[in-house]
Amino acid sequence: MNYRDAGLSDGEYLKIKELLGREPNELETALIGVMWSEHCSYKSTRRLLAKFPQTGKYLVQGPGENAGVVDCHGGWGLAFKVESHNHPSAVAPYQGAATGVGGIIRDILAMGARPAASMDGLFFGMPGQGKSDVLAEGIVEGIAGYGNAVGVPTIGGKTFYDPCFEGNPLVNAFSCGLVRLDKIVSSKTARAGDLAVLLGSKTGRDGIAGASFASKELDEGNRESRGHIQIGDPFEEKLLIECCLDLRDNGLILSMQDMGAAGILSSSSEIAHKSGTGIEIFRERIPLREKMAPWEIFLSESQERMLLIVSTDKYDAVKAMAEHYALECAIVGNITGDGRYRIIEDGACIADLPVGILGDAPAADWPSAVPADLDDRREFGGDMKSADPKADLLKLIGSAHGSCRHEIWVQYDCQVQLRTAAEPGEPVSALRMPESDGIIAFAMEAEPWKCRTDPKVGAMETMAHSVRLLALAGADALGMTNCLNFPSPENPENYYELTQCVEGLAAVCRDLECPVVSGNVSLYNETPRGGIYPTPLVVTAGLVPHYAYFVSGGHAHDGDDIYLVGPSAGSLGSSRWQMLCNGGSLKPRGVTWRFDAALERDFISKALFVSRKADIKKSARVVSGGGLAVALAKEAIYSGVGMDIDLADKNPLEVLFSEGGPRAVYIIPPAASEKFLACWKGYPVTRLGRVGGDSLVVRGFLEIHRDELAGAFFGGVK
Amino acid sequence: MRTAVVVFPGSNCDRDVARAILDCGLGPVDMVWHDDDDFKSHDGPDLVVLPGGFSYGDYLRSGALAAKSRIMKAVREHADSGGLLLGICNGFQILTEARLLPGTLMPNNNLRFICAPCHVRVERNDTPFTKAFKEGQVVQFPIAHHQGLYFLPPDDLSALESRGQVVFRYAAGGKCADCGDAGEAYSPNGSVNGIAGIINKRGNVLGLMPHPERSTLKNLIRGTDGRIFWQSLGEYFDVWRDKG
Repeated sequence: MNYRDAGLSDGEYLKIKELLGREPNELETALIGVMWSEHCSYKSTRRLLAKFPQTGKYLVQGPGENAGVVDCHGGWGLAFKVESHNHPSAVAPYQGAATGVGGIIRDILAMGARPAASMDGLFFGMPGQGKSDVLAEGIVEGIAGYGNAVGVPTIGGKTFYDPCFEGNPLVNAFSCGLVRLDKIVSSKTARAGDLAVLLGSKTGRDGIAGASFASKELDEGNRESRGHIQIGDPFEEKLLIECCLDLRDNGLILSMQDMGAAGILSSSSEIAHKSGTGIEIFRERIPLREKMAPWEIFLSESQERMLLIVSTDKYDAVKAMAEHYALECAIVGNITGDGRYRIIEDGACIADLPVGILGDAPAADWPSAVPADLDDRREFGGDMKSADPKADLLKLIGSAHGSCRHEIWVQYDCQVQLRTAAEPGEPVSALRMPESDGIIAFAMEAEPWKCRTDPKVGAMETMAHSVRLLALAGADALGMTNCLNFPSPENPENYYELTQCVEGLAAVCRDLECPVVSGNVSLYNETPRGGIYPTPLVVTAGLVPHYAYFVSGGHAHDGDDIYLVGPSAGSLGSSRWQMLCNGGSLKPRGVTWRFDAALERDFISKALFVSRKADIKKSARVVSGGGLAVALAKEAIYSGVGMDIDLADKNPLEVLFSEGGPRAVYIIPPAASEKFLACWKGYPVTRLGRVGGDSLVVRGFLEIHRDELAGAFFGGVK
Repeated sequence: MRTAVVVFPGSNCDRDVARAILDCGLGPVDMVWHDDDDFKSHDGPDLVVLPGGFSYGDYLRSGALAAKSRIMKAVREHADSGGLLLGICNGFQILTEARLLPGTLMPNNNLRFICAPCHVRVERNDTPFTKAFKEGQVVQFPIAHHQGLYFLPPDDLSALESRGQVVFRYAAGGKCADCGDAGEAYSPNGSVNGIAGIINKRGNVLGLMPHPERSTLKNLIRGTDGRIFWQSLGEYFDVWRDKG
């Protein structure tokens, strides 16, 4: 194999020769090529990611481990991470999505945590276009097929449709787990003399060099790259979970690493690199499914494998536990003290590299350029008028962009493990804490349209939106994980958008004191027709100290007062209304709401404060996609009520359909209104009207019967 | 009331059903591994539960491999001696594969996994599993399965019905729950006659697709109607002390 086939540039190859003081052999070239791929090394983004704030009062483990961990009280830690599986899902939707779920669950398991819940961010091309429906169906079935069988509930997620994802759907798999803080397992704690043990599936020729595959654009040639696709077996993974947790409880694991991208190579070299040791692996000891070349063995991404570091006197107990669960288990190597990564075959050393060379790929700096048409994208363009507000609202809640996702989530087991405290489809997902009355809430957000028209402002709104959802639900943010989905960074305009999005996210994380605990980057999301819009996806996790403080929507009753808290309008720029109703060109235009730290913090503190007043009965909803109109419509649908809204002299279009900013609807019984208003004193609050009748009425603007709203939302509109 | 929950490789509702039983104050619960020869406990369990999940990954056919597990000999002996045996979801599939209950569970008629709240009508309240329900009561037990279409050939089905072996039948929910309508029209998966759960002739082996343990713990989604199910067993063994 020549170095270019291994994915290395001329400059990188020269650097390798310089570091080694010799030419690498063919196997070494292949190993370095994969470890220096974008997917494994984060070479294009490492410096950018350093901008993320990584300290916080709840932070236990920040980036650098298999997943981040925050302290969620009572001696419990919450491990969580989101990771992309975009390229595999584009080529083999069922297996790509299934192994995405399996992979992120093993990341959580590697922290010593019991995987407790999953969520998925899905981005598809428009329904009915190209292969979008086939891909979407396969991806959802893959998530269901794997997640349901492995016994980890899928409690929520996000589904987004835009033509830019046609042929390059995004699958961002999130998982979280619970671990006693004193039982956290690390990948940094291997010691010279310990054994490297491979637990789980035999290694086969599936998913070979998937990491390199994920570091290229998709084209017709590599779209047929089925050899790069991993095959998942949730049954094996379920056994692996139970076995690893039993090993943890019995104190038999010193260190652990899941085997994802670049398989044995990355897991073993990372453990040695992070622990400051060396490692030697004996090729012939690796249990194989079929005859394979050394480079294939080391790069294989066969699923359902873990690398354990075990002290020699504990191995027999580990082996016995593996047998109990009918899992393959083999000592494949030793931790050494010399900082070398060695592969031994029949007594001969066939690769000998400094561990550091594998773990520290040189950073790639790409030129950055402001997109030539950015100013044009920022312009709203069309006129801000609605010919038919009623038709607009039905489109906003009834089209693919806004309709109920029931058909998707009904396929996911959302209840197994008996912790789920919010129905899928609610704005936040929620789990009951073990051994306490607390609730952990999660909010997954992404705003590709808003990031397209202004990457920084859009990313800020994405992050702020996510924290708002938590605050309204009564959850204090503990931390954030993110998946940065972008096209090729080698295009200067794409790289500019990437840097701007990272800066935007980082700024809001700092301002709202929500540290980044883990994350993943997926670049090269392109097809021959073009790149995806910048799509940073964030998942924030927060804690509600008691389930009685958990605030949700759909509890409005006749006679209740309806309030809008926050500015009367956000921005129509890049809103769902702009996309669907303002000419319907499906091109995002105009800048969204600009983040205002002081206003945002005020909203968070007051939303948390009012959530603690359990005696104020409330139904509440953050103003999100589709604006206030959609928030009101959902309250009407889920509560089975009508509403009489009077906007007085305000511009109804802006008030109802604009998005962004710390705005929320609260519906309060009149007897509690005074107390409610006292909680929000000093923050803008507008009384919009009263619950009653059978229709959502905005005086002088629109009137829709709640059954018609529900029909559009649950049944869709063409 | 002593319960043994059998854990097969791939079971994933084993802990949930144990938690539900303990939450109702009906302990102790022993977890028994599929590869064991017996239930270990001194006097044997009062109730054996085959839990939901994907035993052996649902490979071959749901429940087919688990039905051949080592522990199944002891499970069969327990049932033969009149002990109570309960199969929930995958446990029901295992009971039919083991021929401890008649019929078979086929893929849902939409060929997809369905996880949803679900209403069932209690057809009999003279069994140890249902004595705390009112006859004809409609309750909400969630479902979560890919192969829950209960099937039996027409003649066997009539015989099953005439012997009163149908204990739970899918029913109208929501605002229509009061009307008490039940049957195939309400079956989420295409089950014949809307059958959700059946009992053997002797009345000690019950299998059902819905999960009563998923509507047992408080302050979670999908209600607490399942408590009445555990209350029935608690009253049968005269150990029900839960007052709400």
